[in-house]
Amino acid sequence: MSKNDLLSRIILPLLTFIAIVALWAELSAYIENLPSPHDVWLAAFGGITPDGDVITGVLTDPFYINSDEDKGIFWQVLASLERVLAGFVLAIVVGVPLGLAIGMSKKVFYALNPYIQILKPVSPLAWLPLFLLIFQAINPTAIATIFITSIWPIISNTILGVQNVNKDYINVARILKFSPIEMVYQIMLPVAVPYIFTGMRLSLGIAWIVIVAAEMLTGGTGIGFWIWDEYNNLNYPNIIVGIIIVGIVGWILDTVMGKISDFFDYRKRGTAS
Amino acid sequence: MKNKFLVLENVEKRFPVPGKKDYVAVTGVNLEIQKDEIVSIIGHSGCGKSTLLNMISGLDMQTSGHIFLKGKEITGPGPDRAVVFQNHSLLPWLTVYDNIEMAVKKVMPELSSKELRERVEKFINLVNLGPAKDKYPGEISGGMKQRVGIARALSIKPDVLLMDEPFGALDSLTRANLQDHLMRIQQKVKNTVVIITHDVDEAVLLSDRVIMMTNGPAATIGEILEVNLERPRDRVALQEDHEYIRCREAILEFLYKKFAKEDE
Repeated sequence: MSKNDLLSRIILPLLTFIAIVALWAELSAYIENLPSPHDVWLAAFGGITPDGDVITGVLTDPFYINSDEDKGIFWQVLASLERVLAGFVLAIVVGVPLGLAIGMSKKVFYALNPYIQILKPVSPLAWLPLFLLIFQAINPTAIATIFITSIWPIISNTILGVQNVNKDYINVARILKFSPIEMVYQIMLPVAVPYIFTGMRLSLGIAWIVIVAAEMLTGGTGIGFWIWDEYNNLNYPNIIVGIIIVGIVGWILDTVMGKISDFFDYRKRGTAS
Repeated sequence: MKNKFLVLENVEKRFPVPGKKDYVAVTGVNLEIQKDEIVSIIGHSGCGKSTLLNMISGLDMQTSGHIFLKGKEITGPGPDRAVVFQNHSLLPWLTVYDNIEMAVKKVMPELSSKELRERVEKFINLVNLGPAKDKYPGEISGGMKQRVGIARALSIKPDVLLMDEPFGALDSLTRANLQDHLMRIQQKVKNTVVIITHDVDEAVLLSDRVIMMTNGPAATIGEILEVNLERPRDRVALQEDHEYIRCREAILEFLYKKFAKEDE
């Protein structure tokens, strides 16, 4: 990277940032309930308000625990992450074998495809009341919702991966007399894994979006609930703090998932440049 | 019966066409190939030569007729008939070494890890790819990939080596280089080889016999040409050789006079 490029990469986002904050500050002067950048800064990091009140920020002590209902922001984010991860892992465990079966067998494809096509476009939040009825508890409901969110991209991409297996590879396997299990592990999976990881990355992104909405409906803990709760408590600046936190965590999740999927992608390994 | 190594008996292949009569790709193919013989099958595209090879490999089954290898009827694919595909078909997530090891491991599970390594390295060295053994297929040239394909096929000790237009996708210099490799390997380790080709020089240079196929549909063996040239063969010296010229002319006569084909 040239020095010029590096400079642009730092200076340009900085300029955008200044422009956004300036525009926002201007807007907040006209819109009564819109918190100003300064309000949000105070809400996040604490300080003294223009009225002379001393307030503690959301990020000043993210680890506090007053009661089960009143915990620091770290615990809220952690609760959401745990649900996303649980639902996501469950979706991988179910979705990958299902995708492999559908991709490898025409019969399984015919049997299941219509239902996948019908259920895929349903908003995961439509399932939420049903899960709440079944489980009568917040955590399993949220996890099940994330499961339903995550499973479709994982299934679709696993199928896509299997369909991308070159006919020649299968012929090589047939000549070597691979068993069906060897076929899956030595031919299908290596080809499909990069596709599966693309599906997982998509899933994780959507899951992180959905968990915020789901928690607003279920209540209890979690970053989504927290944002909604701050709205109800009239702590408007905290809503924006919440939005920024959700954004940063989502970005980190996507970056980590991207690195993991690159690691498992044979096409990114030792290919001639 | 002793010399009857690979036998094709009245082989026919039809493909069903919806709403119409079956398409007859090849019909009435009778052929005997001896042990350690190199045979080319040549013909215009669409003459069913690849179909024929696929039936010998067992990847595709004939509609009628029989194919026997060492007196046993062929009923499906197996490692006794290794195939070198036109598109090398190396597994891109495995290195050169691992591609060959995978095949040897599967076909010879009784080998100790030391024997396994020695065998894999022996065949890598046979095609002069020692320095590239830890490279991935994406990192080596098309000609090198095809050499790995040949090494992989030979490493499982097949009775017959089947090559489906093995050098067709390569430029002519690389192709000549690989033909020389193949002839050198054949001098070292005798194999029975069936090569599908549409290259006249390749057919004459490599083969003991050239099988010429008539045009499809319903293609069959038109003529069989014996190539009476001493081995090792030198491509440059052969250009002046009367037998070489005779064989070349016979094939050209067959392909472009008797069974000329308009470009579709």
